[in-house]
Amino acid sequence: MVGNKVDLSVRLGDLTLDNPVIPASGTFGFGREFAPLYDIKKLGSISFKGTTKEERFGNPCPRIAETASGMLNAVGLQNPGVDAVIRDELPFLEKYYAKPVIANVSGFSEAGYVETVEKLSAQPIVGIIELNISCPNVHGGGMSFGTDPDLAASLTRAVKKVSQKPVYVKLSPNVTDIVEIALACEEAGADGLSLINTFMGMRIDIHRRKPVLANRTGGLSGPAIFPLALRMVWDVYEACKIPIIGMGGVSSAEDVVEMMLAGATAVQVGAANLINPWASSDIIDRLPGVLADLGVDKLEDLVGLAHHE
Amino acid sequence: MALKNYQAKLIRHRKIAHLTYELVLEETGIIRGKGEDKGPFGVPSPGQFVNLVVPGFYLRRPFSVADYADGKLVLIYKILGQGTRAMADRLEEGQALSVLSPLGNGFTLVDAKKPLLIGGGVGLPPMYYLAKALKAKGQEPRIAMGFKTADEVFYEEAFRDLGLEVQVATEDGSKGTGGFVTQILEGSYKDGDYLYCCGPMPMLEAIYKMDLAPGQYSFEERMGCGMGACMGCSHKVKNYPLGSKRICKEGPVFRTEEILW
Ligand SMILES: Cc1cc2nc3c(=O)[nH]c(=O)nc-3n(C[C@H](O)[C@H](O)[C@H](O)COP(=O)(O)OP(=O)(O)OC[C@H]3O[C@@H](n4cnc5c(N)ncnc54)[C@H](O)[C@@H]3O)c2cc1C
Ligand SMILES: Cc1cc2nc3c(=O)[nH]c(=O)nc-3n(C[C@H](O)[C@H](O)[C@H](O)COP(=O)(O)O)c2cc1C
Ligand code: FES
Repeated sequence: MVGNKVDLSVRLGDLTLDNPVIPASGTFGFGREFAPLYDIKKLGSISFKGTTKEERFGNPCPRIAETASGMLNAVGLQNPGVDAVIRDELPFLEKYYAKPVIANVSGFSEAGYVETVEKLSAQPIVGIIELNISCPNVHGGGMSFGTDPDLAASLTRAVKKVSQKPVYVKLSPNVTDIVEIALACEEAGADGLSLINTFMGMRIDIHRRKPVLANRTGGLSGPAIFPLALRMVWDVYEACKIPIIGMGGVSSAEDVVEMMLAGATAVQVGAANLINPWASSDIIDRLPGVLADLGVDKLEDLVGLAHHE
Repeated sequence: MALKNYQAKLIRHRKIAHLTYELVLEETGIIRGKGEDKGPFGVPSPGQFVNLVVPGFYLRRPFSVADYADGKLVLIYKILGQGTRAMADRLEEGQALSVLSPLGNGFTLVDAKKPLLIGGGVGLPPMYYLAKALKAKGQEPRIAMGFKTADEVFYEEAFRDLGLEVQVATEDGSKGTGGFVTQILEGSYKDGDYLYCCGPMPMLEAIYKMDLAPGQYSFEERMGCGMGACMGCSHKVKNYPLGSKRICKEGPVFRTEEILW
């Protein structure tokens, strides 16, 4: 750790994070696999695995395929269900993390989302609800909430009514105009926006002459999507006033700075955790040095700076 | 058994059969990881695997520990796709590699009178390290190995040198028994009283369905992380929360009683 006095803290509404680096939902479980590897308390926050009202096994395997500078996943929201998450996983986070976490909530109907948010937002350790309306890997819902501005807005309104914590809507990049959806969510009362989820894609096994993924399609993440995500964060920042948590391919401290210059107040790290389990920790360790080189002493000052004349 | 990211030096890279290569790695340092270190590469046990960065590819590649002696790690791989092709073409002795180790839950050594090892193709490597461990416990395992063709056969002598009885099956009949490895199990190996199996899923299923004896089966799946974080490798089993286990974390080895086929 570099010993200079760079201030890494950022504010998401009323919540102050020690630093902007947050492992992205689905790439960090509930922290159990990482706690033995490094002190997870150093993380700005943790967005835990997408949680649904009922438990889900998810899609058949193969669920993973490789791509140039990235990967496809079609996990399909495997999780133990909200009650088991509250009973078995949150106590672990309370013990080993002990700072506000981000509860990533998925669903298939408005009622399902509402019930899950009601339960999770009542938990003391949950600081933010991240409403996942953008999962490309589940049928009968999920992403459809994220591709139709009216559906996105009415779900946001319904969830806002019951949530005891700020609601960040997680946007899908699989739309013609992400700004339109972002504005609809902001107008419906969202406290912030998380973007982006994965891009829908597929691979074919040329030997078997069949799609690699049992689900046929999956979501693309990793460095391959970084410039696409950055552009979307930029455009949404131009249009909206609420804070943005930026993500998509972030793999280094420099990527974090770039995302923040585009308009993100905090940044999530996803696939990078899978190929280097220490990725989020390494990025936090590197940030002070990178900022020192850039002559920056308060990281938050960089948010949206690239937009100014 | 804490997972660490080790820096390794490739000290040997040689072809051992058609499309099949052996790597010997020596630990040269710890890139990341905390807690006590039992020894080089965290001293993996039989049936555990490691996750290797292949330069130029995004995801790591999982390989079973084929042998571990004097702190050196032996891996055996077959060219099956672009990553393993690049390994064969580009990996050079002396070069540095990044290795996550040890991963997964390996084989539990069970007391048995006639333990039988069954390895198909690139499912054979973990059987070597396992055979050594069983021998060290005073057991007398035998091995049945299955391949497509005679030129793909490897480690036959190595197993004999350990003192194992070896039988080979090839699908095209070019060596040993003609047909699948299950053919061998119908012959003189029928009296095996405990099985340790690793190979392609159809082979494992066929052996399981023969219902010869109880045992342990090492599974394979495409992996995102290899360490339990992504849920990319979940496999349905009996009697477990959610009815599933992660092949990379609770597996890759599963016991007969928990397998659903
Ligand atoms: C626990 C475990 C132990 C293994 N041990 C060995 C071993 O000792 N020797 C050996 O030769 N092979 C072993 N394999 C299989 C080996 O990982 C794959 O053959 C290898 O990853 C193929 O890489 P590729 O780049 O050539 O294939 P590509 O098809 O180009 O790879 C694309 C992606 O799919 C994955 N993939 C492709 N085929 C497989 C497969 N059969 N299993 C798992 N992932 C796959 C790759 O890792 C990569 O992420 C093991 C697999 C697992 C899960
Ligand atoms: C294996 C895997 C599982 C994921 N699961 C979820 C999930 O449950 N909920 C969610 O909102 N996003 C999920 N995501 C998306 C990530 O949180 C993130 O938005 C996306 O991967 C882009 O970031 P990256 O390129 O850094 O991975 C998942 C991504 C991966 C790779
Ligand atoms: S490969 Fe990620 S959980 Fe098994």
